[in-house]
Amino acid sequence: MESSEAEPSESRPEEDGAAPGSEPQPPDTMEDCLAKKMEITVSEAEKRTGRNAMNMQETYTAYLIETRAVESQNEGQCSPVDSLWRRYSEFELLRNYLLVTYPHIVVPPLPEKRADFVWHKLSADNMDPDFVERRRIGLENFLLRVASHPVLCQDKIFYLFLTQEGGWKEMVNETGFQLKADSRLKALNATFRVKNPDKRFTELKHYSDELQSVISHLLRVRARVADRLYGVYKVHGNYGRVFSEWSAIEKEMGDGLQSAGHHMDVYAASIDDILEEEEHYADQLKEYLFYAEALRAVCRKHELMQYDLEMAAQDLTSKKQQCEELATGTMRTFSLKGMTSKLFGQETPEQREAKIKVLEEQIQEGEEQLKSKNLEGRDFVKSAWADIERFKEQKNRDLKEALISYAVMQISMCKKGIQVWTNAKECFSKM
Amino acid sequence: MEAEGRVPGPPPPPPLPPAGGGSGAGAGAELPASTPGAARVPLLGAPAEVLELDDEEDDLEVFSKDTSLAEANSFSPSMTISPSSMINQYKFEDEPELKDLFITVDDPESHITAIETFITYRVITKTSRGEFDSCEYEVRRRYQDFLWLKSKLEEAHPTLIIPPLPEKFIMKGMVERFSDEFIETRRKALHKFLNRIADHPTLTFNEDFKIFLTAQAWELSSHKKQGPGLLSRMGQTVRAVASSVRGGVKNRPEMFTEMNDYMETFSQKINVLDKIAHRIYKEEREYFNEMKEYGPIHTLWSASEEDIADSLKGIASCIDKCCKATEKRMAGLSENLLPILHEYVLYSEILMGVLKRRDHIQSELDSKIDALSNKKADKDLFSEEIGKLEDKVECANNALKADWDRWKQNMQCDMRLAFGNMADNNLHYYEECLATWESFLASQTVDRHGEEDSEDRP
Repeated sequence: MESSEAEPSESRPEEDGAAPGSEPQPPDTMEDCLAKKMEITVSEAEKRTGRNAMNMQETYTAYLIETRAVESQNEGQCSPVDSLWRRYSEFELLRNYLLVTYPHIVVPPLPEKRADFVWHKLSADNMDPDFVERRRIGLENFLLRVASHPVLCQDKIFYLFLTQEGGWKEMVNETGFQLKADSRLKALNATFRVKNPDKRFTELKHYSDELQSVISHLLRVRARVADRLYGVYKVHGNYGRVFSEWSAIEKEMGDGLQSAGHHMDVYAASIDDILEEEEHYADQLKEYLFYAEALRAVCRKHELMQYDLEMAAQDLTSKKQQCEELATGTMRTFSLKGMTSKLFGQETPEQREAKIKVLEEQIQEGEEQLKSKNLEGRDFVKSAWADIERFKEQKNRDLKEALISYAVMQISMCKKGIQVWTNAKECFSKM
Repeated sequence: MEAEGRVPGPPPPPPLPPAGGGSGAGAGAELPASTPGAARVPLLGAPAEVLELDDEEDDLEVFSKDTSLAEANSFSPSMTISPSSMINQYKFEDEPELKDLFITVDDPESHITAIETFITYRVITKTSRGEFDSCEYEVRRRYQDFLWLKSKLEEAHPTLIIPPLPEKFIMKGMVERFSDEFIETRRKALHKFLNRIADHPTLTFNEDFKIFLTAQAWELSSHKKQGPGLLSRMGQTVRAVASSVRGGVKNRPEMFTEMNDYMETFSQKINVLDKIAHRIYKEEREYFNEMKEYGPIHTLWSASEEDIADSLKGIASCIDKCCKATEKRMAGLSENLLPILHEYVLYSEILMGVLKRRDHIQSELDSKIDALSNKKADKDLFSEEIGKLEDKVECANNALKADWDRWKQNMQCDMRLAFGNMADNNLHYYEECLATWESFLASQTVDRHGEEDSEDRP
């Protein structure tokens, strides 16, 4: 059973075979996911100017989301494309909603807000067309991730994000998700002394910390390597210019020099495309860098639930003790009330009775609450762990593919290098 | 240098880069029809993104190698030392079968006296020539001795192109005068210097050269003391410079003006090439440094993973191998291209000097002729002097012309080899890296197929 703080209420037209009014079941296979029923793309990005909340003029980028129902094989028709514009802050709102509403799910991350891990040629400017283009791809990727998630894809607000431009913000806020948000989740540095956390979550938290640290390091060094590689290639371009000038005064060497110089220019120019491709690889790694954050959020939630549970249990125990003391007149633990009553006289039997009654009520409430908290906690662990297993498999698949694609890129770069230098060698031999 | 594959005709123009690529490596321009001697139009406009060399790009020290490479390269296997294996090192365009003088310079040793510290090098000569008393000699020489030899050769043959010596000391830069790297670089250059002389059809028979190769230390010192002193040599140079300062020579033959123009451009270009090559070396070094850190991160990551640990380790190993290949590429640069380019930077200065000396000799003749036309007396005396000077000028011109042709041929050959070698280095680098990555990819694909098969099984 998935955590259901936000019940998807309406039935969706694409969901086949769901009995009306019944609680929607998570799709058994990927086939039922929204991603399979609907084509989603973020196809364009546009610069806009408008007024912000403080009525100040601002420039921002809007992204065009296009959706189209995937027709079954039989019909063979192309259905119309729906589209709407969204800006980055709306994506952020959607994600925050999902985080709060599905705390047991590893929610896919958004592409970075600001260009990070840049090397010197890349601009760190949010308006830079290359950055905007990569962000467009990242946002599309985000939507596809959500749409192919067995639980998240069923969310109504997500569906409306894709299909209803106007009034969507109001609808999100109406869900009241901000009130449900636990502010403690944001306080990443605060530690809560949890006595019995699930060991798997503790390990997972360590893993997510390590993952975050190692991928950041990798991305930083990769950016520096890219910078240096750029330098090596580009300086060779100077050969082109000088060979050309030199060839003007040479008779026999001239041709060889001239054509070799041409190849040096080709070599120098080739690095631009090579590094642009590598940037996409870096983006793939970045996604998992940010995923580490999402993992940690789930672990955090577990920690907090466990903490609340333990506090509640502790509170219940102390109330029971108090009750017992009042009933038997013995004081096992020190309490200020106990002391004052000893000093300033006992309470009347009626007062004591009243207190005991109140405590007994509280104890009963407490026990019920503890029971439901326990249940909640166990359910959370179960469903969270299921999603974590799903995430792990996805991560291993994706990262392995990314590493392979990196190797493919290197191979392509080497082949280009071999071609250029073979040509250059031929030219030099004719000098 | 044999070409490996047949590359048909001139290279085709490159495809336009896709939008957003941002490079300025322009559209393909046609190669101009080659006419010998015609001015050549540069093939492409200057690419916008090419890293420009600063004008203040440091006049780098003699060889801007990093000291950490010194131990790897102190006696690199490609630098064969023994005279008998030197046939492959030096190609002789004249008669290779007649090479009968083999020289090596090695074994630098430090000598400390009360007054100074200096280095001597062992010079071993093996020869079959009759004019040598023995067929093998071993002597020790210091840099000063080489300087002496060079100046004697210049004195004896003012219009021949005497090979360059490595610089006396480093003007800028941090390399300590007696660092291992500096000594090794100098040793190689001194070796080159002597061999170039040995290959020269005229210089090889020079008497001072013979004495340099064969005399014991005390014999050499006593021989040095004879002959025109340092001051007279300086006087010659001063006069030569002065006469050139007075502005060109009136009757300079066209050929030598062409040579001058050529040398001016050549000198410019070779200096820039020298800087480019050094800059590339520097960039490769920085790249190497970053790569050293890059590989191990993947290994570190693999420690937290299970499923993808092998892939990560594979990548780490590939990166490390490419790193080593980069090191080899750098070594190739510093052993071949950099020293040659630098030698020709020095050569260009030498050639300008030779041209000036020729001009000076001619101006002696010219001024005597002028004097004759002014003074009517003593015509007979003058005409004898003038006759001698005319001979001198003719000799000088012929010597220079012949040597110039020889120098150009050598230069062409040296450049072809040096740049060819650079291309080769890069080629090997990329081939090595390709093999590494391809074998990694193959290992990953095998795994995948293995996984897919097991999934398909019911």
